[in-house]
Parts: sequence; structure tokens; C-alpha cells
Amino acid sequence: MTSTLAPEDEAPEERPPEGTEVIAHEGLEARAAIAERRRGFFLGLPAMVYLTLLFVFPFFIVGVYSFATRSATGSTRLSDWNIDSYVKLFDPLVVGIVWRSFWIALLTTVICLVVAYPFAYYIATRSRATRNVLLVFVMIPFWSNFLIRTYAWRFLLGSDGPIAQASEALGLGTIRVLFTPVAVAIGLIYGFLPFMILPLYAAIERMDWRLVEAARDLYADGWTAFRKVTLPLTKSGILAGSLLVFVPSFGAYVTPEILGGAKTVMLGSYVVRQFQQARNWPFGSALSIVIMVIMLAALVARQRGGAKEL
Amino acid sequence: MAESAVQLTGVTKRFGDLVAVDNIDLDISDGEFFSLLGPSGCGKTTTLRMIAGFEYPTSGSIKIHGREVGLEPPDVRPVNTVFQSYALFPHMNVRENVGFGLLMKKVESSEIAKRVERALDMVQLGRRADALPEQLSGGQQQRVALARALVNEPEVLLLDEPLGALDLKLRQAMQIELKELQERVGITFIYVTHDQEEALTMSDRLGVMHDGSLLQVGTPEDIYEHPRSRFVADFIGEINLLDGTVGSDGTVVLKGGYVLPLDHQIGAGAAVNVALRPEQLHLVLADDSDLIPPNASRLVGTVGRRVYFGESYYYEVTSEAGALDVRQENRPGLTLFEPGQRVAVHWDPSAAAMLEE
Repeated sequence: MTSTLAPEDEAPEERPPEGTEVIAHEGLEARAAIAERRRGFFLGLPAMVYLTLLFVFPFFIVGVYSFATRSATGSTRLSDWNIDSYVKLFDPLVVGIVWRSFWIALLTTVICLVVAYPFAYYIATRSRATRNVLLVFVMIPFWSNFLIRTYAWRFLLGSDGPIAQASEALGLGTIRVLFTPVAVAIGLIYGFLPFMILPLYAAIERMDWRLVEAARDLYADGWTAFRKVTLPLTKSGILAGSLLVFVPSFGAYVTPEILGGAKTVMLGSYVVRQFQQARNWPFGSALSIVIMVIMLAALVARQRGGAKEL
Repeated sequence: MAESAVQLTGVTKRFGDLVAVDNIDLDISDGEFFSLLGPSGCGKTTTLRMIAGFEYPTSGSIKIHGREVGLEPPDVRPVNTVFQSYALFPHMNVRENVGFGLLMKKVESSEIAKRVERALDMVQLGRRADALPEQLSGGQQQRVALARALVNEPEVLLLDEPLGALDLKLRQAMQIELKELQERVGITFIYVTHDQEEALTMSDRLGVMHDGSLLQVGTPEDIYEHPRSRFVADFIGEINLLDGTVGSDGTVVLKGGYVLPLDHQIGAGAAVNVALRPEQLHLVLADDSDLIPPNASRLVGTVGRRVYFGESYYYEVTSEAGALDVRQENRPGLTLFEPGQRVAVHWDPSAAAMLEE
């Protein structure tokens, strides 16, 4: 605007047009943006302080301890930094426990998925009122204590329990389930099934059913339409649910302790053992870090997959 | 008469207590561009969905090229659908979307590639074959949906308000494109729309639906110029309806004593509506009544409001026979009338349609 008046050899200066109103307006806009950012910061502050103090900082301590030295008396010396604890991770005993934890968690996840998908599909395709009732049923177990519910399984699966009695009455002989990996898997599936159902429900409920109609219209039978359209489009729910079941199953402590017995040690129990009976804090810390890294890897993999799908 | 492509006989669809489609008979010829027109909730989409196989009729018969398909699932019917807002598979690219139907029909993959390419060229999207639906504009998605249906060479193509989501300019362009495409491929199109202009401009024939019933079927000219019911007259275009009664000599007597000589088969004493399109009416000053052609029908009124529409002027004229909207085409040298002026409205007797109450 003003550049037409400026001499040609001088670069036209970017001057605001005459009148202060525009300038005042710009100042206001900038201030509003700053206020907006500040407001966002203050809103997030309590959670950030909480997480920093009670999660990031302790995790940092765990990291530090994993490089510390265990003295002969079992106390931890914060000197002579070394990676012995990480080397010990490759001990066949430890690898065995990690492997067992992994396949039990994987089995739990797969069974949860197979059981939860049809059920979530069923809920998501009901009327709104029915859906809400069914979702409440999914949540009801959370109203009682997890420990109590797990102990209930100990009774159910025990040698005097109804399952054992029934099998004996039927002449199938005694079946021992309690204190086996199967018992742990049953307990984990029971405990984590809702975490699979809910994200699956959310994903299926969002489905655009006209896409299924389009597939049917294009000569796909019901099963093929499900495989080619519904399943890929609910992948986000499958991934989220699998992660929500796999991650806590992998590090589970309560369920394997109660239902697994001494033979079915899983990672969670093994970590606790390092801090209590074995008094090897550096090794317990290293184990914790490894669990953390594996879970983080799963999370990142999910993010990648999710991004691609969207 | 060409062979019939789709034949509906006594088709009814109930959802609980609601009768969505009420005993419809319809015969659509091979190669025809047929539109189902009506307001939302009139049953037109339900009718289309029954032909596609997404809904089963409560009663009645649906035949495609003579074969009863009413209770067959959609995947075995020789029809394809272009959905409202397209329903493209978001996780497949354009090529995969278009090739889906052929893949399901187990067509050989080299053949699929060839036909998909041809279909995409037909809708001028050959270069976007690897794009995902979300990367395309609305008009392009529309074309993909069309290609995805047409590539299967269906016996009948069903289109459910396919242009509804597009803006006006694009919609008009696509109307022409669709019509040309239909003529080129020669496939029977059944087109559902609530847009009367769309139905009039594209269709060979159209059917007007209301409250689950098919009120009238005919060519666009037939429907527009000879509506057989008040609803059809009112829904298609703008129309003036004047109350009248059939006199003993067969003439129609309007309020205010105007007598119209009209051709009809309605018995004496019946209450009727005389329907007049605004653009078929002419205006002269009441004092210039001698300018009116001798055989024209006429009535006298007062100019109320004048509204400028660019290509035309609208006058609201009040007369003893009732209110009339008159449309005057805007052309050079046009005489304008002012509010309050006494005018004579006149029209050719053939422009009036008679509707029984």
C-alpha cells in the first residue's frame, strides 16, 4: 500500500497502515494467544506435577538403581556402577520366566480377542438402550475387589472346588488346574476381558455399516464382507484392546501369585521377589526397566499401526 | 415397448407399525433412466434398498429381467449401487475400491486390472488410481463410486441421491455427465432424489412418491404439465391452485364467478383445483384487456408484491378467485407493473391442469 510512495532503490518498509486501531487489534490478538497458551498450561499443571513427581522421578531412580551394586549383605551401594544386572537378564532361568510371561500374556490376549469380538459386535449392533445395559454388565465385575474375585477362582479351580468335583463325579478323574499356567491364563482372561471388550465396542460402534452394504452390493457374501471391510476398519479397537490386555498380563503380579503357585512364576512376581526375599534391588530394577521397554515397544508399534490404518 | 428391466408388483415394506412403502407397482424398461422423486421419508430410498437387496419386502414381488429376486441377498443380484455419500472403502485405494466387485466375482486379475483401468478412464480418474478416498475431492469420490459400480456391468444401476453432497455448480456438471454416461453404457439407471430439477432434467421417466405411495409415473413433461394430484403439482416446480367447482355444463366455476371452459371427465358438482404454472400466465393492465387473445382464459386482480429474480420477475396477484403467482421472463422492453395496479391475468386454456380434490 505504502510501497508505491517509497523510492524504487529502497526496499519498501513494511509499515502498518495509518490509524492505531489495527495495531491495537494485533496486540490484543497476540495477548489472547498468550493467555490461551497460559490457560492450557495451568489446566495441565496438576497432572504434570503429579506424573513428574510420582512417575518420572521414581522411574529415574529405578533406572539409576539398575546400574548400582548389590553388597554381600543385600543392601544396595550407589557406587561402582556396572551393567551386571543387565547381563544377568540372559540367565536361562530369567529368560525362561520372561518367555513364560510372554506366552501366557499372548494366550490371554488372543483368547480375550476371540471371546470379546463377537460380544462387542453384538453389543454395538443393539439399540442404544440395550447397548447401555449390556455395557453396565461388562463393568459390573469392577464393582468388587480384584483380589476377592481372584481368590474366588482359587476356590473354583481348587482340588475341592466345583470343577474338580464335577469331573470326578463324571468319572473323568481328578483334573488339576490350580497352580498351573492354565489357571493363571483363566484368571487373567477373566480379569482383563472388559479391557478388550470396551475398545472393540468403541471401534465397532463407530463402523459405517453402509460400507458393509457396499461390500455386499459388490458381490461379497456376509463372511467376506466382514473379513474385507469390518475387520480392517475395526483394527484400531483390536490393537487398543490387545495392548490393554497384553501389557498388564505380561507384568501381572496378583493373578499369578494367587493362581499360579510356586511353579508358575511370572515376571511380576519375580520382580517383587528381587526386592523382598532376594534383596537384589539392582536386578529388580533392571527387570522393571526391561518390562517397561517391552511395553513401550508394543505401544509404539501400535501407534505406527494405528497411524497407517487411519 | 422395450423389455422390462425391473418390475415391482404390490411391493410393501413395513417397519413395525410404519408402512414405509405401500403397495407399489412399477415397471422400468431396459435402458431407461428412471427417477424416484419425493420428499425425505416418502419411501423412495426404501424402495431402492429393496431392489438392491438391503431390505426385504414385507410383501410383493421384485423382478429383474423377469427373474424374481425379492428375497435374494444383495451379493447375488445383478445390480450395483452408488450410495449417498459414496461409501467408498476408506482402507483401500481407488484401484482396489473399483476392483472390489470383480475380485469378489473371481475375475482373473489381469482382466480386473484392464477393466478397472477402463472404468477409471471413463470417469477421468486414471491418474488417481493409487490415491485413498480421503485424498480425493467430493466430485472425484463421486466418480470413483460410479466407476466402482459400473465396472461390474450390472443389469441395473441404483443411485441413491448420489449428487446430494456436492455443491451446486459441480452438481449441475455431474447431472449432465451422468446422463451422457447412462446413454453411452446403456444400462438401466434408477435414480433416487428429492431434487425435482435433477429428476426433470435427467430422467426418461420419473415416479413421484409421497407417504409410501407412488402417486404418478410419467415423462418429465407429463408430470410437470399434467400433474394428477395436488401433491405432485405442488412438489414439482411452483404452481398456483385455484378452488373451483364443476358446473352442470362441464365448465369450471371459480370463486368470483369466473367460468373456465376446460377439458375433463369429472362429474358436475365436484370440487376441483385448477393448477396453473406461474410461467404460463401473462399479465396486461386491466384497461388493456383487448390485447388478450380471444380464446384465452382470464381473471382480473391487483398486483401485490413484485420480486426480482434476475432472469425473471415474480408478481403476487390477488383476485377474487384466489392468489396467483405470475412469472414474467426478464427481457428487454418488458413492461413492469407496480403494486396496486389492476391487471388482467390470462393464459392459454391448455396450460391449466384439473385436479380432483
